[in-house]
Amino acid sequence: MPGRIGVGRQAASVWRTATLTEIRRETPRAATFRFAVPGWPGHVPGQHLLLRLTAEDGYVAQRHYSIASAPDDSRYLELTLDHVAGGEVSGWFHSVARPGDRVEVRGPLSGFFAWPGDRPALLLGAGSGVVPLMSMVRHHRTRGLSLPLRLLVSARSPEELIYRGELGAETLPVFTRSAPEGVAVGRMAAAHVAPLLAEAPEDGWEAYVCGSNSFAEHASRLLVAAGQPVDRIRIERFG
Amino acid sequence: MNITRGFTGRPRVDHPGLPPGQYDAGDEWPVLSAEVTPDLAPADWTFRIDGLVADPRTWDWEQAHALPASAYEGAIHCVTGWSKFGVRFGGVCLDTFMDLVRPDGSATHAVAYSHTGYTANLPLADLTGGRAWIVWEYDGRPIPSEHGGPARLIVPHLYFWKSVKWIAGLRILDHDEPGFWEGNGYHARGNPWEEQRYSGD
Ligand SMILES: Cc1cc2nc3c(=O)[nH]c(=O)nc-3n(C[C@H](O)[C@H](O)[C@H](O)COP(=O)(O)OP(=O)(O)OC[C@H]3O[C@@H](n4cnc5c(N)ncnc54)[C@H](O)[C@@H]3O)c2cc1C
Repeated sequence: MPGRIGVGRQAASVWRTATLTEIRRETPRAATFRFAVPGWPGHVPGQHLLLRLTAEDGYVAQRHYSIASAPDDSRYLELTLDHVAGGEVSGWFHSVARPGDRVEVRGPLSGFFAWPGDRPALLLGAGSGVVPLMSMVRHHRTRGLSLPLRLLVSARSPEELIYRGELGAETLPVFTRSAPEGVAVGRMAAAHVAPLLAEAPEDGWEAYVCGSNSFAEHASRLLVAAGQPVDRIRIERFG
Repeated sequence: MNITRGFTGRPRVDHPGLPPGQYDAGDEWPVLSAEVTPDLAPADWTFRIDGLVADPRTWDWEQAHALPASAYEGAIHCVTGWSKFGVRFGGVCLDTFMDLVRPDGSATHAVAYSHTGYTANLPLADLTGGRAWIVWEYDGRPIPSEHGGPARLIVPHLYFWKSVKWIAGLRILDHDEPGFWEGNGYHARGNPWEEQRYSGD
């Protein structure tokens, strides 16, 4: 399966200093970190970057993070991190980081999960897997695109739904532990996916699935069972 | 060096087998693949080698299993940062297949491809000399489908995106031809000891 966009070889090989400018709480476990990154070459929604922290003794930890912001916000980059229990990098972000701190980033990486805004998109995410999908939703909005875009997102509860206040009519949330009155509790199921495939645009959806591996397996199987062609399902697994 | 304020990292144990920038994933075995996991039964699995070879061939499950068994025991390294030690894969050494098809003198590279359409390019030198295997067992049991079962390629001395899951074949070439990730910005060779992660490294 081909990539969606060409990727600049040069840009991806350079480490740039990113200065933290703002921290925004999203949920009890997730926060958005806004950075100024001079020289950032820009990204396409869906792409990720490599982030590196360096300790005084020279030890480095690097992790991949999807880019949450829309490309139009070109002088700034936003990442949204889940606080992983015992996590080395997310732990530093959630307990030590404050505006003014500097980290290093490299990218954007990968042209595969990217969505330039050129095809109708069906987005399925869970937990922090909604991050690259939100970049797509924001891109769709800031550009005023009219092509169809739908987001199906799974969270444990409304309180844990990342970007809750920002999600709109394009989004159908699914809650696995607790839900508002009158909304069912349960896993994402065929009943959520089938209607979206039934209303697919003429040339079909380009599907993007993102989250933990178990979610990615589950959601991609639901799509296949509902008739989505396998070569039009793109998967980003957070490991 | 660009020190991150207040970052100490987790207490480390010196592991001589850990390439730079990697961490020990312990018992975890993360799944990384950009595709839908296929339902591929052993009876439907085949493995083919063609291109610049004297005798192109296809093996089915039974024919491949009739070849002399070989195992790999050691470490694997994923470009996303984890390494895993003491893994055991069982199958057949790729040299056994190569000896049967006999690559031409002009052959330098191969494209390994899966039953799903995924590809990775490899220098022939990385696939021969007892450094690559077609495997169907992990820890003495069939490889789970999400990890590439019923059969996958393993090239453990390179980053694991080269170890094509659901392996379908090798096309032997006299030039290098980028595969799926290599065309998406990843390094052409992917040697973990030299941190060849992305093109430009
Ligand atoms: C392409 C891609 C995009 C991603 N995008 C995002 C994103 O947008 N947002 C996001 O939140 N995440 C994202 N991730 C996941 C992210 O890369 C990290 O894996 C995550 O933040 C955890 O890193 P960490 O350093 O905090 O945890 P780690 O230190 O890596 O720990 C992870 C788990 O393993 C345990 N552990 C690991 N090593 C040890 C050890 N030596 N000793 C004790 N315990 C250990 C920890 O306790 C913890 O439970 C993405 C991953 C990929 C591959």
